[in-house]
Amino acid sequence: MTYMALIYGPPMPPNMALPPEAHQAWLDYTQATKDAGVFVDGNQLADPTTATTVTVRDGRRVVSDGPFAETKEVLGGYYLFACANLDEALEWAAKCPAAQMGGKVEVRPVVERPVAVER
Amino acid sequence: MDVAALFRAQSGRATAGLARRLGDLDRAEDAVADAFLLALERWPRDGVPRDPAAWIAIAARHRAVDRIRRERNAVDKHALLARLDAVNATPADSDDDRDTLGDDRLELLFTCIHPALDRDAQVALTLRALGGLTTDEIADAFFVERTAMQQRLVRAKHKIRQAGIPFCVPPPHLLGERLDAVAAVVYLIFTTGYAPPRGAWAMRTDLCESAIVIGDLLVRLLPAHGQTHALDALMRFHHARRATRADDDGHIVLLADQDRALWDVGEIDRASASLKRALMLPPCSLTHEAYIAAVHAHAPTFESTDWDAVVRAYDALIVLHDTPVARCNRAVALAMRGDVEAARTEVAALAREPAMTRNRYYHVACAEITARTGDIDGARRAYVRAMQYAGDRDRYVIARRLQRLT
Repeated sequence: MTYMALIYGPPMPPNMALPPEAHQAWLDYTQATKDAGVFVDGNQLADPTTATTVTVRDGRRVVSDGPFAETKEVLGGYYLFACANLDEALEWAAKCPAAQMGGKVEVRPVVERPVAVER
Repeated sequence: MDVAALFRAQSGRATAGLARRLGDLDRAEDAVADAFLLALERWPRDGVPRDPAAWIAIAARHRAVDRIRRERNAVDKHALLARLDAVNATPADSDDDRDTLGDDRLELLFTCIHPALDRDAQVALTLRALGGLTTDEIADAFFVERTAMQQRLVRAKHKIRQAGIPFCVPPPHLLGERLDAVAAVVYLIFTTGYAPPRGAWAMRTDLCESAIVIGDLLVRLLPAHGQTHALDALMRFHHARRATRADDDGHIVLLADQDRALWDVGEIDRASASLKRALMLPPCSLTHEAYIAAVHAHAPTFESTDWDAVVRAYDALIVLHDTPVARCNRAVALAMRGDVEAARTEVAALAREPAMTRNRYYHVACAEITARTGDIDGARRAYVRAMQYAGDRDRYVIARRLQRLT
């Protein structure tokens, strides 16, 4: 199964670089998921001040700044993991540096659909 | 032929086997229910098979294959059928049924009591899948509407399937904490049957017995873990007193007033044997609770209870798991041992605990400790406070104690 790990942590000031140890922890973690054959994809997201929301109302596109999270935790990045089951995905999620440093990781399965038949 | 009893006793094993292979509890339960319907039709005509459990398991497997074949939209139809084919099916009446009928109930138990499910769902799933209780029976026991309970079960089974909660025993580094959760849920099922949260003091022996059966299973399959023996001992010590828990009018009879001659000696022996095994393994909070229950079970009268042993066991329990309830119970034991002042200090310190302020048992404990200091007025006030926070059922018992105060 494929799982998405959504990584939440305290908001970081825009453009603030991670301390080198933390940066290394993420690199090591990502490498470990790759070595285990679990890694499908993963990225850090730019800070929430860069977010833009688009909706369509009556056929018209409405673009707005934000949303700016007022919560203590913001979505900071994600991974996609290929795992046998939820327990395996939770193991990897728990090892992630954000989880180790007090953040939260939400794990959700990706809905599997039958492969579309080529025409 | 009592099919209801057979269902309760045997459906868990058949469900577990299928659920593990299919990774889907819903399909497994449906197939097992089908198999029992088939049994109701066939057995009166053809006679009860020599091994009804094996018959059910194999019939359920066939029904599962039929159901999956008929499903139009099953994404993973072929994969599901392949998983069922991997099982070596033997004809229902061959001699080696028992060997081929594996026991996957432990795996199913860890699925039902998975931390990704909330506590209410864990309890309901366990009773349904392993206890063989119907949705109505579970709804009744927890004072939930039938439809709400049904939704709770559907949602939980949906999550198991969609989120990929595995049907397996957790790896060693997680087994300890997962087993703690399993023991807590099984004990919760037991106490819900033993002391129903509402209504008359009619014990739900079906819940107690389901919990004891699951406890047995844990002891057999995970004998190296102290929790399993301690849980078994604790439930059996309580269960031994079941005949004396309520009077003829359905009012609860407190430990002090129970007729000890009616306690089930055989059950106490079984509990003691389990406790002995638990004490040889690293202790957990259940071990101390079982030990306390053992001291009560072996005391010839309430007054001659070894209160010193009870206090020491509470001390040990509080080191592992410090709760206001444990402290309150320890205070009562202190007073019974003769340390009334220490007991008073202890309950006074608990007065502001949110779990205690409106708790009738806390105020009863205060009343009894206060009465032992000779402060009858103070005790009376505490009993009255206890009555304010008690339902009708308990208010009667408290009123009786209040009357006895002199």
